[in-house]
Amino acid sequence: MQFSFTEEQEEFRGILRRFLEDKSPTTEVRRLMETDEGYDPEVWRQICQNLGLTAVHIPEEYGGQGFGFVELGIVVEEMGRALLCAPYFASTVLAATAILNAGTEEQKQTLLPDIASGKTIATLAFAEDDGRTGSDGVAMTAAASGDGFTLDGHKSFVLDGHTAGLIVVLARTPGTAGDEGLSLFAVKGDAPGLDRSLLQTLDPTRKQARLAFKNVEAQLIGDEGTAAAPMAKTLDQATACLANEMVGGAERLRESALEYSQLRVQFGRAIGSFQAIKHRSADMLLEVEMAKSAAYYATAAADDDAENLIPAVSLAKAAAADAYTQAAITTVQMHGGIGFTWDNDTHLWFKRAKSSEVFLGTANEHRERLIENWDAMERSAA
Amino acid sequence: MSELTEASVRAEVRAWLEANFDPDLGLVEWRNKLIDGGWAAPTWPVEWFGKGYSDPLGRVVDEEFDRIGAVTVCRVGIRNLAAATLLAHGTDLQREKFLRRILTGEDTWCQLFSEPGSGSDMAGATTRADLKGNKWVVNGQKVWTTSAHHAQYGLLLARTDWDEVKHKGLSFFILDIEQAGVDVQPLRQMNGHASFNQVFMTDAEISPEFMVGAPGEGWKIATTTLMHERRGADSLRRYAEAKERPGRIYAEEKVEIDHQLEPYKWYPQRGGRADLLIERARETGKIEDPAIRQEIAKVLTMLKTAEWTALRARAAQDQGRPQGPEGSLGKLAASNVARAAARVHTEIAGADAMLTGEDGPMEGVIAEVLISVPAISIAGGTDEIQRNIIAERVLKMPKETRVDTDRPFRDVPRNTVS
Ligand SMILES: Cc1cc2nc3c(=O)[nH]c(=O)nc-3n(C[C@H](O)[C@H](O)[C@H](O)COP(=O)(O)OP(=O)(O)OC[C@H]3O[C@@H](n4cnc5c(N)ncnc54)[C@H](O)[C@@H]3O)c2cc1C
Ligand SMILES: Cc1cc2nc3c(=O)[nH]c(=O)nc-3n(C[C@H](O)[C@H](O)[C@H](O)COP(=O)(O)OP(=O)(O)OC[C@H]3O[C@@H](n4cnc5c(N)ncnc54)[C@H](O)[C@@H]3O)c2cc1C
Repeated sequence: MQFSFTEEQEEFRGILRRFLEDKSPTTEVRRLMETDEGYDPEVWRQICQNLGLTAVHIPEEYGGQGFGFVELGIVVEEMGRALLCAPYFASTVLAATAILNAGTEEQKQTLLPDIASGKTIATLAFAEDDGRTGSDGVAMTAAASGDGFTLDGHKSFVLDGHTAGLIVVLARTPGTAGDEGLSLFAVKGDAPGLDRSLLQTLDPTRKQARLAFKNVEAQLIGDEGTAAAPMAKTLDQATACLANEMVGGAERLRESALEYSQLRVQFGRAIGSFQAIKHRSADMLLEVEMAKSAAYYATAAADDDAENLIPAVSLAKAAAADAYTQAAITTVQMHGGIGFTWDNDTHLWFKRAKSSEVFLGTANEHRERLIENWDAMERSAA
Repeated sequence: MSELTEASVRAEVRAWLEANFDPDLGLVEWRNKLIDGGWAAPTWPVEWFGKGYSDPLGRVVDEEFDRIGAVTVCRVGIRNLAAATLLAHGTDLQREKFLRRILTGEDTWCQLFSEPGSGSDMAGATTRADLKGNKWVVNGQKVWTTSAHHAQYGLLLARTDWDEVKHKGLSFFILDIEQAGVDVQPLRQMNGHASFNQVFMTDAEISPEFMVGAPGEGWKIATTTLMHERRGADSLRRYAEAKERPGRIYAEEKVEIDHQLEPYKWYPQRGGRADLLIERARETGKIEDPAIRQEIAKVLTMLKTAEWTALRARAAQDQGRPQGPEGSLGKLAASNVARAAARVHTEIAGADAMLTGEDGPMEGVIAEVLISVPAISIAGGTDEIQRNIIAERVLKMPKETRVDTDRPFRDVPRNTVS
């Protein structure tokens, strides 16, 4: 297990940070969050073409750069820090990973290069109206028709589902239940019979859509009825990435609270000189650093395809949820009245923290999963 | 008066309401009738529209109003704090001019204490009032002023002496908000509402008779106002609820609540809505989840203990005993309840916690809880300040070393940012 970043990785992070500070200042975040599309096409083009970020963890044979989840984790951590508004998590983290895990060689050859180059924005549609991430939550059916399939049902909480050009959809053979009969399908964003509506989200910087399918034509990805395992793996890998994104946001909040406490004067002294405020800052550092360690461990475990991937990911997600939410609460509190205003930037991260707390499973659910899979953690060293 | 009992008061108010309450009266007309009958504020002194009742007897009167759904006076907002402050420190002229219209709801009040540079450190106010000829002339800026955009009057804390130490150079005024020298600009909050404001004062004028107390007594008087505010922050506080019933008076009350009392629409949400936890858990089936059950039970324990602590404080007060520590804990307890409830609401909602407005659980109420609770641990004195007060005043622990109270205010270090 790797417990530090290489020099190249640190350099990569530095480049990213500077790029994102430049392209995603909060003025841009605020502008984009008010739009339906939710991203800037020109910045997206630079992300894809100049920095090649959409290709990071895609193998070279499919047009990617051939790095791993550790590098992908660095990217999303920096994006979480900058609160970048872009379909990156949907396209690269979720959809590309699902295709990598489930697709046939030929499908990877056809689908991945365009996602890697950014020409196609893809997303992954798995949860339905009840928001559950497990197989039991999948009711959408896929019926064989001609040489393809037709999908009926609905999906919800689909990241960037209203704008994506390619939607990877989880559905089941009629009459099956649980892990049996699950398959992944590729559907074009403008397919006839597909009705997409933007959801009203608490966090306006991450767009989500509800998709209704009526007799929608779809292409099978991988073998029919075998999607449960690759899908579960995809969600674990994506959850590891999400934990990294979250600690990036948490650290940014922690820093902004610290900075404010050094500038703000009450009772003739900087509020940062009050022990109550110092202790809050110290506790925040403790929680954020712990959560970072867990997030980094989880992406490293994803790269190693480690035996303890499941408990490592769940531990990281639960720790990130607690640390990010607490950092958000503390940062508002340390700002006082101004922290509760719309004009102060804290609420942008506060809302992302709240939303990430439940995205891909709540903290309680992940803690439960951690206990269920603790044996795997015990069996792996460090 | 000595033969007053719960039963006699109950009988008297019941008879009076039966004879007088008419849902087709106008709201103000009815409230004036209430005032003249002494039933608008029965706990106030007899000279000032009341009956001099004890708090417990006042609650008997409330119960009778509730029983038949009679509309009472407007009890929400800073107007209550204004009334309490004027009853304690005002002149007869001030009470005569303002108290009746506070009770009828015709005037809305706001609290002009916090400034960009002084919030927790309220005594650090730099808004100035200078006596020029026969007027006080006010210049400066206030902020986070709830309801200033609807208000006619403001309780103003301003500095009248810069050579005194900070707490002694302040005076307390009643400011006419609707004059030319006062500019009110709403501020949007992180929950999308805009119930507080920035208030700019440029040569705003106040006649000397609208100073409350004497010059230099501003801090002492503001403390009375704050004490009432913090007490109101505990879990016994009731918010207005529009009654969907026929009768002109109900329609007019609804308008009052929708318009003037706009902030109070989200105020229940900032308290965390622990009252909705069980309902939400049932709705979502999470009531079967042992982890959630434990968490709800913890929040309800906090809620109930806070409620009973407040009742214990009230009972002691009713018996005329000195306030014990339980009276200072309500505000801090309310913050803890709110945060804990919001956390459990998030777990219960699961993925739905990502949705807001009509797409969100309970038509957006839950989302509003999640993004409103941060207010409760800031407004009316932050949690940190509450803890300092509990430690230093209740527990009598040594005070923090102060660097701002030993010299003329003009020499005290102040903000570089605000
Ligand atoms: C099991 C054990 C093993 C130890 N082994 C060693 C050893 O090998 N060598 C050695 O030299 N010492 C050792 N110590 C002593 C230890 O370092 C001290 O007990 C510790 O530093 C606290 O000092 P104190 O006991 O004087 O308590 P105090 O310093 O008097 O502290 C009392 C309380 O006040 C709080 N407090 C003090 N100052 C502040 C402040 N500025 N802000 C906020 N709170 C404050 C403390 O947190 C504590 O709660 C050991 C102690 C224990 C319990
Ligand atoms: C919803 C809402 C409504 C409000 N309505 C009104 C109103 O109608 N009228 C009005 O006058 N004001 C109103 N306020 C203002 C409120 O009273 C202040 O925001 C509050 O007192 C904090 O002051 P501040 O915002 O300047 O923060 P600061 O005082 O700058 O506090 C910043 C941080 O420093 C901490 N801090 C400050 N001093 C100390 C200390 N000595 N020890 C430890 N920590 C410390 C605080 O706890 C906080 O975490 C409202 C605020 C809100 C959020």
